[in-house]
Amino acid sequence: MIIKFRLDGRDVSVEVEPNELLLNVLRDKLGVKAPKYSCGIGECGACTVLLDGEPVLSCLTLAVDANGREVTTASGIKGEEAEMLMKAFAEEGAVQCGFCTPGMFVMSYALLHEKKRPTEEEIREYLRGNLCRCTGYVNIVRGIEKVVEMGGKK
Amino acid sequence: MMSSLNRMNTRIIPFSFSYHEPTSLEEALSLLSKLGADGKILAGGTDLIVKMKARQAEPRHIINIKKIKELRYITVDGDKIRIGALATWRDLEKSSHIISRIPSLLDAASVMGGVQIRNMATIAGNICNASPAADSAPPFLVHGARVKAMSENGARFVPIDSFFIAPGKTALMPEEMVVEIEIPLPPHSSSSAFLKLARTSMDLAKVSAAAYLKVDGGTIEEARVALGAVAPKPIRAPSVEKELIGKPATEETFKNASKHVVKDISPIDDIRSTASYRKKTSPYLVTDALLTALSRIGGEKR
Repeated sequence: MIIKFRLDGRDVSVEVEPNELLLNVLRDKLGVKAPKYSCGIGECGACTVLLDGEPVLSCLTLAVDANGREVTTASGIKGEEAEMLMKAFAEEGAVQCGFCTPGMFVMSYALLHEKKRPTEEEIREYLRGNLCRCTGYVNIVRGIEKVVEMGGKK
Repeated sequence: MMSSLNRMNTRIIPFSFSYHEPTSLEEALSLLSKLGADGKILAGGTDLIVKMKARQAEPRHIINIKKIKELRYITVDGDKIRIGALATWRDLEKSSHIISRIPSLLDAASVMGGVQIRNMATIAGNICNASPAADSAPPFLVHGARVKAMSENGARFVPIDSFFIAPGKTALMPEEMVVEIEIPLPPHSSSSAFLKLARTSMDLAKVSAAAYLKVDGGTIEEARVALGAVAPKPIRAPSVEKELIGKPATEETFKNASKHVVKDISPIDDIRSTASYRKKTSPYLVTDALLTALSRIGGEKR
């Protein structure tokens, strides 16, 4: 069947089978490589995207479920706050091998939209579904804290 | 368990199925009645899709119910709380003003997966998946929840005690689906708590326990205790409950009663823990759940 949805601010339409997953369709059919395939069973958070603004795992979402909805990947997150996050991630060394980064970035962005001034505990709680195999958690948390300190969401 | 994980292709769903997207409950029930055991309800997908990737479930028809918006609610209705089939774990956290009456369920929500899983996974799906370790099961058991199951022939209520049959198996008929979970509003001077032992809070439980207490003048009037991951299904602990009722609500009573839990459980060795560890820790977890529930009575609920 043909599904249509909003992807990172543009309208897309693509033919999919019911057993195709959103992650695979994004990466292999639509060329959006930000969400990563890692565990495939909902443990690691590397495939996180925003579906109608809420973070979900694209490896456990059927592509047909995105029909008529809005999908935002790390590539589609733009604006002043995204810039601040990227800069803070770079300055704090929050990116090591980079594989978990798109998921971490989407989650950090979602968190700052939910809570203007999250505490360290709240940041860690919000990111607990995202694994970093380089174990660079401290720097990732610091990156987010830096944005919070700079005033976060305008 | 490990080897089956290694064999599974987690990248794709390795078989085809027909896809249905009913927009009303009537349509969904009519599909279920037509398809019977060939049809499988999809809600959050956080259990079902994982099973399908591993070919542990190979439904020929998927009935995605997420378009039936009227099934997504958490409300108070008279003397009960009603949780619709599509209410997610995050919906539950956001309804904390209601669910604070059922503190053990909020405890479960706070240790259930990460934000993404809690956004996707439904509470009804958690019980339909019927894992012996399901986080919602012990709270529902101690609060005497009822499951509203519907088919084209109408609705029936299944007490949660008889809903779970075996790992992955519930009392639902093939043509039935869960439309709602109903919890009686607990009386004042009662409270509940849920605790779990797990590698990390996101992980499945090695052992979990919920306790519900109603105390009058320092005496335990009502007591219900339930455990997860220590039997083929989530269970009540009648041997503990018996030792609590009519006794003073003290740590000593709890400790003595909790020892009896070994009579009610039948744990096994698996990837997450051993039978011996589960037997040794269960009494302590039950005591802690009872103490936490007691500490919440009358004061702050959570």
